[in-house]
Amino acid sequence: MFSASDLKKGLKVQVDGEPWAITEFEFCKPGKGTSLYRCKLKNMITGSTIDRTYRPTDKLDKPDLEEKEMYYSYAEGDFYVFSDAETFEEMHVSAKMLGRDKYFLIENSLCKMLLFNGVPIEITLPTFIEKVIADTEPGARGDTATNVLKTAKIDNGYEIQVPLFINTGDLVRIDTRTGLYAERVSKA
Amino acid sequence: MQNASPKPDCVYQLEQIKARLLLRAGLISSIRQYFDADGFTEVETPVRIKAPAPEEFIEAPQSGEMFLRASPELQMKLMLAAGFEKIYQIGACFREGEFGRKHRPEFTMLEWYHSGADYNDLLDFTAGMLRHLAIFAAGSSSISYQGQVIDFSAEPEIITVREAFLRFAGVTPEAAMEADQFDELMVTKIEPMLGQGRPTFLKDYPASRSALARLKQGDHTVAERWELYLSGVEIANAYSELIDPAEQEARFKEAASARMRGGYRPYPPPVEFLQAINAGMPESSGCALGIDRLIMIFTDADDIAQVKMPLA
Repeated sequence: MFSASDLKKGLKVQVDGEPWAITEFEFCKPGKGTSLYRCKLKNMITGSTIDRTYRPTDKLDKPDLEEKEMYYSYAEGDFYVFSDAETFEEMHVSAKMLGRDKYFLIENSLCKMLLFNGVPIEITLPTFIEKVIADTEPGARGDTATNVLKTAKIDNGYEIQVPLFINTGDLVRIDTRTGLYAERVSKA
Repeated sequence: MQNASPKPDCVYQLEQIKARLLLRAGLISSIRQYFDADGFTEVETPVRIKAPAPEEFIEAPQSGEMFLRASPELQMKLMLAAGFEKIYQIGACFREGEFGRKHRPEFTMLEWYHSGADYNDLLDFTAGMLRHLAIFAAGSSSISYQGQVIDFSAEPEIITVREAFLRFAGVTPEAAMEADQFDELMVTKIEPMLGQGRPTFLKDYPASRSALARLKQGDHTVAERWELYLSGVEIANAYSELIDPAEQEARFKEAASARMRGGYRPYPPPVEFLQAINAGMPESSGCALGIDRLIMIFTDADDIAQVKMPLA
């Protein structure tokens, strides 16, 4: 249980059975009145936001959140299977929850999984992953400009923007937070 | 060459806010000038006190067997009882559990009392002080706060609590209290609309929300109390002071039992103050003004941390 005076930006609370993160917080106290804790909450599952105001006597539940280290193992239909790094227990995660990240999964890469009541709600991939360019227009020889970009496909067909000097078969590093090309690792 | 030791955070932070602290010093000296020119006497009352005024939502920190003052109100009223007529004080006050962009558990209060004056007289005096300070801070009667102009030469907006609830929250203050939503509506719907472009004095609060204020002549449902707002920020609170001993004792008892019900620790009774009010207190009015917040407005700061030395 949290009391209202524990509330602060970044704290995770349970409201109406769902986990929420406090994204904005302000302590208020109108003249001669009671203390009020004004919060903007972001739903950790759906991403929707709400405004809530709490009083000093209010209590909030602590959400049952657990963070686990999981290896990405394999795809199974519309699901992606992760294995617990300690117990090897398998967990299925939907393509919908992964969103863009499903294109950046690398077999046996170690990911962070956030679980609410034992159910996965968020996967955090390694910040950088490496992918081979499967298809792109041939690069102009000697063109080392990094600010002019072209489209390239990685092995699973996902398209990213890369500099002109990148060729099919090159290994590139991608920032999974932004989904953007970061640098070339090695030439084809 | 050997590197100098790193500076502690508070020294670094002080360097960042030095310009504002210098302006703060100038503004406080300008406030003193305004009071002194009007015949007020600057006084000092104890910071460690025997008993705070019983108010439902104000927590004075315990200090040994005593308390750190949440306000100098009762001690300054004892001075009124002793025949001091126009007094002011600038000093630290303490309220437990209050911390935020506009709150610190230790803050600086300007508090003044004027025998024979009522809350309307204080309103005019306060509006005059704001003009005086604007000229000191900005060289003109208007200043800019967070991109909004506040014009102190304009007639201040004066609006009753009833009008404000009807206009901005769509309910009467009675209905808001009945639904236990008075403070929530005040903070979310009303305060942000006040003090925009010019000062707002929000006046005539429900009697039940003014523990030490006199009831309004001709309308006993409200008390002679106002609050000053600048750019949505509450700056000052003023009363025509309650001097009826029976009424004062009844209000204190009510506040004390509200504290018990709310689970707040009880305060000892303010014995000397009750004796003084029984012996006869002159008609007077008083105002408490948050200096840190006023300085925030005049130095265009959006957090009290920018106008006050950090804890060290």
